[in-house]
Amino acid sequence: MIPFEQLLVQAINGIVTGMILALVASGLTLIFGIMDVVNFAHGDLFMLGAYVGTTVFVTTGNFWLALLGACVTMAALGAALQITTLRPLLGRDPLTTILATFGISLVLQNYALWQYGPVPRKIMEPLTGHFQLFHIEYPWYRLLIAMLSAVIIGGLWLFMKYGTYGIWIRATTQDRLMASAMGIPVPRVHTGVFAIGAAMAAASGVLFAPLVGVNHAMGFDFTLRAFVVVVVGGMGNLGGSILASIFLSLLEAFASLWVSPAQAVIVSFIVLILTLLFRPTGLFVPTPK
Amino acid sequence: MRTQRTGYWVGFVVVLGLLTVAPLVLPEFWRRFVTEILIWGLLAMSSDLLIGYTGMVSFGHSAFFGLGMYGTAAALLALGPPNLWLALSSGLVSAAVVAAFVAYFATRLRDIYFAITTLVFSQIFYVIIFTWTDMTGGENGLTFSQPPFSIPGLGSGRFTPVTLHWFVLGVVTLSYLGLRRITQSPFGMVLQSIRENEARTRAIGYHVERYKIVAVMLSGLFAGLAGVLYAIQNKFAAPDFVLFLVSGEAVIFNVMGGMGTLVGPVAGAAFFLLLREAFSRFFPEYYLIPVGVIFTLMVVFLPQGLLGFLRRRLNA
Repeated sequence: MIPFEQLLVQAINGIVTGMILALVASGLTLIFGIMDVVNFAHGDLFMLGAYVGTTVFVTTGNFWLALLGACVTMAALGAALQITTLRPLLGRDPLTTILATFGISLVLQNYALWQYGPVPRKIMEPLTGHFQLFHIEYPWYRLLIAMLSAVIIGGLWLFMKYGTYGIWIRATTQDRLMASAMGIPVPRVHTGVFAIGAAMAAASGVLFAPLVGVNHAMGFDFTLRAFVVVVVGGMGNLGGSILASIFLSLLEAFASLWVSPAQAVIVSFIVLILTLLFRPTGLFVPTPK
Repeated sequence: MRTQRTGYWVGFVVVLGLLTVAPLVLPEFWRRFVTEILIWGLLAMSSDLLIGYTGMVSFGHSAFFGLGMYGTAAALLALGPPNLWLALSSGLVSAAVVAAFVAYFATRLRDIYFAITTLVFSQIFYVIIFTWTDMTGGENGLTFSQPPFSIPGLGSGRFTPVTLHWFVLGVVTLSYLGLRRITQSPFGMVLQSIRENEARTRAIGYHVERYKIVAVMLSGLFAGLAGVLYAIQNKFAAPDFVLFLVSGEAVIFNVMGGMGTLVGPVAGAAFFLLLREAFSRFFPEYYLIPVGVIFTLMVVFLPQGLLGFLRRRLNA
């Protein structure tokens, strides 16, 4: 029998990683919903963002500057990538975007390996305090991550709902042709959305960096998990992605009480397969009529 | 039509002749290199049956390839004296079982969902193989000695690099002819019609899902065969070959060489391995940076691949 405290600690851990994953996945779902682009390089933007964060952190020593610097750099890189490789693919089979972003992912991953080497790097957490949770010390920083993720996602939601550019983005999602007839610069909206998605990936990378070391291979893992989340939550559905992130992270956290964390991943994979078989539109969306 | 077909067969015989002579004239390093191209080319062809002919991008071919390797290893380590044909059939059966399993679930989905599901399946097999150390050797994989080449009733002998090359060439050529026959059969025509317009194919009355399941299974079987050959050539089975990167490479071969031509992916494999060889002289570990850039540029500017312009002739 597993003690109750341990279950509670795992539940909190699950929610914290779930919020990080939600931040990554909402960038991915935003990009997919608006451009039909399946961004295979999303995890690598996350990874590279974390690396940029370590560089800024080493030079300035300030965590918040590192967060900001990583977001700005990755947004610029994202925009550049979108303009050079994805814009020419507009109107072609969506499968070609998988191939193109897969190529980008290879380049980014090996660039990181070349630039930063195989030894994982770490960022110091900005908040080092602990609080007493039963008999263990639980770091405040983990809770801070969950809250910051929630704030960023909430900010995105408000922006999409009320901001002028947010309205442009939603209009482009609904009908690309009509939006451009109304004078919305659709190609620029696409670039902007990709930049926002990249910045969100970078932000989650920097927030996540103090928990584990940053290494060049972490991107693929997150691409895969973000994909699982986005599919389970319903493609292009922001709320569903967030629920699915938390749901899957909780499942994995509980599963890792019994099996090793490497095997716990299989639980989310099984949920994905079941979802695809029985509710291919996503677990957290109303049943289509 | 007739002249095109004659041209095709003349080309086939010339290329086959060159590949047969190659190990006799090439130095040791390049001899091995050509054998390796043939093996990766077989993997690329198997994935072309899905990408090029049925319009489904599989990111899970490493599972079939890897299971082919582990099936071979299992037969060579567990069963009596090493027997080539037993190893071959054991590898094929393992790959086929996995392919049937993946095909049943993954073909219910289309486009990117299919791609993601195949990727997830291969990752599941990777985790299982990586963590089940007692059975699979975990991270270290399994090593075994090369089985001797034998023809039942005629005797046997050890493989030399040259005879191994000929053996691989024979298997790959037969597989190529088999795959070509499949794509030109009525069954292959239905696959191509699924690629062109799935809804219409269904409307005509074909049971699209069944065709897709068979296509994935056939493709997995040939990928497993490539895995068997690779295991026999290198005398080991390792979890790295179940990892996603191998599936990614199979897709790269297809894009570089030209999808839907069968020969193109082999050329793509040759091109990729040559690029890797060339770049790894300058920057050994980071060859994937320039190769990735070239790949991305080819997706954008040369979607037909290197041999795409021959598509009509190669399918004649």
